[in-house]
Amino acid sequence: MPLLEVNNLDVCFGLRSGAVKALRDVSFTLERGERLGVVGESGAGKSVLGFSIINLLSRPGHISSGSVHFEGKDLASLAPGELRSIRGNRISMIFQDPMMTLNPVLTIGVQMIECLLAHRRMSKADAKRVALKKLQQVQIPSPEKRLDQYPHELSGGMRQRIVIAIGLLLDPDLIIADEPTTALDVTIQAEIMDLMLNLCEQNNVALILITHDLGVVSQVTQRMLVMYAGRIIEQGPTKEVINDAQHPYTQGLMNALPQMAIPGQKLNQIKGSMPPLQDIPKGCSFNPRCEYVMDICHQALPPFTRSGNCQVACHMMAESAQDKLQLKEV
Amino acid sequence: MIAFFVKRFFQAVVVMFVISLISFSIQDNLGDPLRELVGQAVSEEERQALRDEMGLNDPFLVQYVRFAKKAVQGDLGDSYFFKKPAFEVIMNKLPATLELVFGATVIIILFSVPVGVYSAINPQSWFSKTVMGLSIIGISIPVFLTAIGLIYLFAIELNWLPSYGRGETSTVMGWETGLLTVDGLQHLILPSCTLASIMLPLFIRLIRSEMMEVLQSEYVKFAWAKGISPRRIYFVHALKNTMLPVITVGGVQIGTMVAYTILTETVFQWPGMGFLFLEAVNRVDTPLIVAYLIVVGAIFVVTNTLVDLIYGLVNPTVKLAGK
Amino acid sequence: MMSESTPNMQQHPTALQRFKESHFWHSFKADRVAQLSFIIFVTYAVLAMSASFIAPFDPYDASQIDIMNSEIPPSWQDEGEASFPLGTDAQGRDMLSTILYGTRVSLMIGLCAVALQALLGIVIGLTAGYLGGRVDSFLMRIADIQLSFSTLMVAIIVLAVFQATFGTELYQQLAMLMLILVIGIAEWPQYARTIRASVLAEKKKEYVDAARVMGFGRLRIMFRHILPNTLSPILVISTVQIANAIISEASLSFLGLGMPVSQPSLGSLISSGFEYIFSGAWWITVIPGVVLVVLVLVMNLLGDWMRDVLNPKLYKG
Repeated sequence: MPLLEVNNLDVCFGLRSGAVKALRDVSFTLERGERLGVVGESGAGKSVLGFSIINLLSRPGHISSGSVHFEGKDLASLAPGELRSIRGNRISMIFQDPMMTLNPVLTIGVQMIECLLAHRRMSKADAKRVALKKLQQVQIPSPEKRLDQYPHELSGGMRQRIVIAIGLLLDPDLIIADEPTTALDVTIQAEIMDLMLNLCEQNNVALILITHDLGVVSQVTQRMLVMYAGRIIEQGPTKEVINDAQHPYTQGLMNALPQMAIPGQKLNQIKGSMPPLQDIPKGCSFNPRCEYVMDICHQALPPFTRSGNCQVACHMMAESAQDKLQLKEV
Repeated sequence: MIAFFVKRFFQAVVVMFVISLISFSIQDNLGDPLRELVGQAVSEEERQALRDEMGLNDPFLVQYVRFAKKAVQGDLGDSYFFKKPAFEVIMNKLPATLELVFGATVIIILFSVPVGVYSAINPQSWFSKTVMGLSIIGISIPVFLTAIGLIYLFAIELNWLPSYGRGETSTVMGWETGLLTVDGLQHLILPSCTLASIMLPLFIRLIRSEMMEVLQSEYVKFAWAKGISPRRIYFVHALKNTMLPVITVGGVQIGTMVAYTILTETVFQWPGMGFLFLEAVNRVDTPLIVAYLIVVGAIFVVTNTLVDLIYGLVNPTVKLAGK
Repeated sequence: MMSESTPNMQQHPTALQRFKESHFWHSFKADRVAQLSFIIFVTYAVLAMSASFIAPFDPYDASQIDIMNSEIPPSWQDEGEASFPLGTDAQGRDMLSTILYGTRVSLMIGLCAVALQALLGIVIGLTAGYLGGRVDSFLMRIADIQLSFSTLMVAIIVLAVFQATFGTELYQQLAMLMLILVIGIAEWPQYARTIRASVLAEKKKEYVDAARVMGFGRLRIMFRHILPNTLSPILVISTVQIANAIISEASLSFLGLGMPVSQPSLGSLISSGFEYIFSGAWWITVIPGVVLVVLVLVMNLLGDWMRDVLNPKLYKG
């Protein structure tokens, strides 16, 4: 049984002007200890996906259909109490901006210990010991001192280490990291990423890494999803997707990387921008920007087609697969 | 910490200086102390001689310094009406006013925090909507109408509570208090409810909107992701952050409350400073007016200092200067 | 000339159309409470303005008052008389007429005081925000100090001292002017701080630079370009401030520091009836009380609704 199995997940935001679908028909699985990257432009639904796994969508967002099975339990329909015993305990989350994630009026110690006490029967002294051990694991200098400090006394990098330490407190099976390094200085980004990778490997923790940084994805993750306008459009082993992208959008993303540009020339860009979630075009949502757009792209949703170990949602792939089938049959 | 007090002390001195200047110019222009002293039957030459002797013809600054020197020693002159030192008269009435403000503050805190928090957590519930509706009606009713309404209902129709005065009081360490007798407490209920009725809707709305903002914050979301109990999230994570702006605004509002005691005390004939002040105004009892201004100025300074101290204690990101 | 006037001609209908299609109009049409409040407010305004035409008596005219008519209850009560639909007060004045005139006085003081507040606040706020530097910090420091004293307190003291200095006679003649001045001057920081914040935000935008590059003077930039963009916060503040000013005026009048009984506002009417309320003549206090509360309530409701719709970034004190 996989650790996490997401099936046909739909997430809706009920607004006054009508419901907006932020996620459509999202399905994927994650094995124990596996590291999965989720890539896409901002607004593609990456963060929503992260939050919907632990059913922590802020109002008015909600899961409208589909399931999220974690170790066999459907988190989407779990009672609040049971859900709480999983959050922070079996699944923990790391947020984007460490400046905003920690409560400014509580000490680091309080914020770590409360998490342990919420999930384990243990004394405060024991909880403090565990907290110290985790702070050492994330390589924070003089950890004893940190427990009594307030977030504003620490640097951004330090705070993100503490957030990671909080994430590791209860030895979870899965960490969901939502752009964990975007808000940090470039020099610290790599350090933090290395730290996370090491910790996940050592403790055999599964990781869902939400990011728009393809470089990080290729270094850290084993598999990846590419999202566009609330849908998964391509998924497969990271190496295959990166080296041999099939979907025109993924190809565009790769070409837009600075290292793909020819020196002295303009960077490659994907033309246009992602449509707002309220008016996603009919058919393939990428059709207004796609270079290879065909008639069918305006009419029908592209189905997933296998291509090697990858799955791609594109009519081109579907057609060529059909052609191959027909050739075989003939 | 020391630097904080030095800074505060300095501000206090400036504020008190301004108030004393204003007070003095009032004293200087209001009424003729000579007439109060000797009456009409004195010739013009004698008057001038007396004026010179009393220093009433000295330049403004000289007169002010003389006034200030006395004021620092607590001597603000005798009340024309009571024929007693004005400062003493005011201080005798101070406990009544402070107890009224205290009663109102207790009511405000007891009601605004739970109601504000509840309606922030459940903004769509019928209770929250009712509270919001009632609070806007509450804001729209002037305090003296609330007072009249309460007196009519509880004192006249139902005859449950006394409608005026302070009732039985007892003296503890020189402080005349109505808090220790049943009768005194009964007398306190209507006036303090009236005084609270102005601020309560404001505080409920403030706490609600601040709390709703905090509940949207990343750190509260992170707290949810940690799987800790809702009660802990609401009352430890969110409430503490909610209270920071509430404390600041609350400090200013206490000053406003002192002003509203004048209205409340008038309606309930509560024997406090405010009632006394209004009587003094009608009698043109200048020393008493001046004494009131200075005491009220001191109350402003003290409450502002206290509010800053409390704010510094609750908010770790603000260090009291120089700590 | 032609080329300039033609777009103007076209602009006129589109401005109205734009208003009709705006979020503001749409949410007004959808909000019953806002509509009702607006209608009530307009009714008040119309009745108050035409008080001297529609009121059956002139409460300022001593010859129309007969002390024998004092304390007649409203006409629906047993002892009521048809000629005084809302009864009479202790001096024998017709309550309906007195209330109409009183509403006019209250509204007038509220509107004028707020106009003064807005004028002071806008000028100071624009100056502080636009000039910045020392002028800015000086003006804002003053605003802070002013805000830390409660308006009512300041007003009570100023008016009390004024009354004690000049005597009740003279004071009663100048009461309205004094009330407008005191309430108007005491509350400008609200406007100044909001306007300043908006100016600072607008200043960073490109069009102000563009206007400056095109050689427009500073004052012109301030008034022509920045002011229109700060209209919605001004509108929201003003609505609530009028409500506050009316309450402040009523409170001051209740204390005997406001309008005299001979020329009563709603507040002084309520105050004058206070002595009689417990001896049975409730209508002298209760009727103007209800009129006052409804007026303030609809202003507050309108203010709340506008705050929700326009959602301006108000300065948090």
